[in-house]
Amino acid sequence: MAKKVPVQVTLNGEERAEFVESGATLLNALRGRFGDTSPKGGCHQGTCGACSVIIDGELKLSCLTLAEACDGAEIVTTAGLATNSAMHPLQRAFAEGFAAQCGFCTPGMIMAAKALLDQKPDPTREDVIEALSGNICRCTGYEPIIQAVLAAAAASPHKAA
Amino acid sequence: MTLSVRTCPTVDEASAALAAGRARYLGGGTLVVRNASEGDLSFDTLVRSTDPALSRIAVAGGEASLGAGVTMAAITRHPGLAAIAKAARAVGGPAIRNMATVGGNLFAAAPYGDFAVALMALGATVEAGGKALGIDDFLQVRDDIRTMVTGVRFPLPAAGAFRFVKVSRIKPKGVSVLSIAAVIETDAGGAVCSARVALGCMADRPIRARAAEAALVGATLTEAGVAKAVAAVSEGIRPITDPIASAWYRGEVLPVHFRRLLLA
Ligand SMILES: Cc1cc2nc3c(=O)[nH]c(=O)nc-3n(C[C@H](O)[C@H](O)[C@H](O)COP(=O)(O)OP(=O)(O)OC[C@H]3O[C@@H](n4cnc5c(N)ncnc54)[C@H](O)[C@@H]3O)c2cc1C
Ligand code: FES
Ligand code: FES
Repeated sequence: MAKKVPVQVTLNGEERAEFVESGATLLNALRGRFGDTSPKGGCHQGTCGACSVIIDGELKLSCLTLAEACDGAEIVTTAGLATNSAMHPLQRAFAEGFAAQCGFCTPGMIMAAKALLDQKPDPTREDVIEALSGNICRCTGYEPIIQAVLAAAAASPHKAA
Repeated sequence: MTLSVRTCPTVDEASAALAAGRARYLGGGTLVVRNASEGDLSFDTLVRSTDPALSRIAVAGGEASLGAGVTMAAITRHPGLAAIAKAARAVGGPAIRNMATVGGNLFAAAPYGDFAVALMALGATVEAGGKALGIDDFLQVRDDIRTMVTGVRFPLPAAGAFRFVKVSRIKPKGVSVLSIAAVIETDAGGAVCSARVALGCMADRPIRARAAEAALVGATLTEAGVAKAVAAVSEGIRPITDPIASAWYRGEVLPVHFRRLLLA
């Protein structure tokens, strides 16, 4: 049986500790141990972006990050964005703009978009395209996603929380 | 298989841990975690270090020095590194750039290693296991290196002297068809006085285009002036074949992009 190691993180504002398999990726630990299935495993090799999360303020790929390397880190996932069951402006814009079809890429897209808006609340279309360039969507053709991010930025004149 | 992770507070401890057993260093993990997930059994331990020296950037006296753990994103944000930022920006998408380190890029096999191509043109020195190695030598022996790379340093190029292009099929991000980096200095009359040219994807690791460098010295950067260098740039290349492009294709388009880079 694989050795288990303790990992303590702040996940979406909540202090959490779990034993994870030694060498486990953060993606597998989040989904299998921490019970947060919002990051998706598309490729498990860094190319699709579906597993994107924000670690200590920076967008990262959880499939290429080791859970143990996140001990003490602050992690934000799409599951943590809604407040009191009110959707985050990005979630609302995605829903209203048909920016999610099958929805598999959506949590990663939203994390990449949030990382952008946290840095640049008023991005240009080119900024959005660049920010989403590590995320693959097989359904929408991207245009509704780009529009949704721009709409979310326009809807929240201040830093997206 | 269980993969053990060892976190070491200092570079010295990490180096010692690397020397013992079947261990690999964990930089940003974009290549080595992928290897582990794909079932690479050549290592059973990943060693990482939280030594702050590894993420230090210093720019002073015309020289830049980067810790091995400095990420591509940190390079693009640093005001003192604006001249070379485009080479760091060429690596992957935003999440990859937040993870990908300088140290890892030095070990990345083609089609990866775009930043290492830039470091080669910049004439960087690589610090590995307490020794300083020229980057050309380092890249020759990198497969046998069992110690830690702690950082790189290089002279900052004169304004406008650094040129870089990465050609890819998917925009704005995509794996390299090829990349070219060059540091070209010209005299008051516009004649080239020194040139270092490095190529990515033209072998399994970055290589110098020495024949083109020699042909550039004394030339002017005009259509007629660069013709000899453009003709010489393919000398000694052995491009890689992968799903992005065949060796033949890479060899065909190299002179085209090199010419454009010189005339830009
Ligand atoms: C989707 C995707 C896109 C990518 N796109 C690009 C691209 O456009 N251009 C590009 O150049 N690369 C690209 N890469 C490859 C990779 O992300 C980069 O080359 C990156 O710089 C590797 O750094 P790392 O820190 O993640 O390396 P790691 O995976 O941590 O390490 C890679 C290797 O180097 C060794 N190593 C790392 N640091 C040290 C050190 N300090 N001392 C000794 N050994 C060390 C490791 O042991 C390992 O063998 C991409 C990767 C993915 C997954
Ligand atoms: S699952 Fe991580 S990038 Fe695809
Ligand atoms: S909505 Fe299906 S992959 Fe993007």
